[in-house]
Amino acid sequence: MNWTGAMPLAGLTGGLLIGLAGAIMLLGLGRIAGVSGMVARATGIAPGGTLWPIASAFILGLPLGALLMALTVGPVTTRFPTSIAALVLGGLIVGFGTRMGSGCTSGHGVCGLSRLSPRSIAATASFMAAGFATVAAMRALGVTL
Amino acid sequence: MMRRVLIALLAGVPFGAGLAHSGMSDPARVRAFLDLFGGAWDPTLAFVMGGAILPMAVAWRIHRRLDSPLADTSFVLPATTGITRSLVGGSVLFGIGWGIAGLCPGPAIADLVIAPVPAAIFVAAMLGGMILHRLLPARPVKRPNLENSHV
Repeated sequence: MNWTGAMPLAGLTGGLLIGLAGAIMLLGLGRIAGVSGMVARATGIAPGGTLWPIASAFILGLPLGALLMALTVGPVTTRFPTSIAALVLGGLIVGFGTRMGSGCTSGHGVCGLSRLSPRSIAATASFMAAGFATVAAMRALGVTL
Repeated sequence: MMRRVLIALLAGVPFGAGLAHSGMSDPARVRAFLDLFGGAWDPTLAFVMGGAILPMAVAWRIHRRLDSPLADTSFVLPATTGITRSLVGGSVLFGIGWGIAGLCPGPAIADLVIAPVPAAIFVAAMLGGMILHRLLPARPVKRPNLENSHV
């Protein structure tokens, strides 16, 4: 384990902010704060109906919040894969998979797990297992990004 | 509508701030969490998940006592039961992409202002994947199940 590089406190506080956001969406607007679904509605990829302005505002808030954090707390570290192929392939699969599976880390992993939704528990177990397996397979094959 | 849009923005901002603060928006940290066999497993993301689930668990309890959300007419929530092949298959695919790039949808969008170029490449590909899913027929054509026809 790598406790020296880990940031449990920042993780926990950041997580609390994410959960607070989910609570605002649920109790204020009666919606799940699921990013993949909101992106699909904001872009018109999924029919949004009256939800379009709400989805767009929520999605716009994400970079605004990150910017606010960078300006107040300090620089935000982002170490992206240098391989464009990894970004494109990863992005394509994430986009397709989250639509097919009706959600991602936020919708299933945060909102659904805390609701003890059997569907979200199954989805979260599936994407976590696949994530662990993918990184393990890449390590075994010696693929670096 | 204006009030609901503001509430959605008010939810998006702490969400993005939380992603940035927690390390969730750092693909290398996400991959370090998913890397169980590298000898330097980074547990940070478990704290993010735990921290996010706490307020949501409280919110679900409050939800039970409400007839409608505070600023809208009714709750519009997904079904909780019915574990389908597309739910599991789609989630497995998502996990593979998450493992490859270290990014899921929220952090990728939040990162558009932190690391615009790689984030935009990922987000563009992600939208492409979503469109591809939309273009495919919603339900595969059912073929007669010949394997079981002798029963």
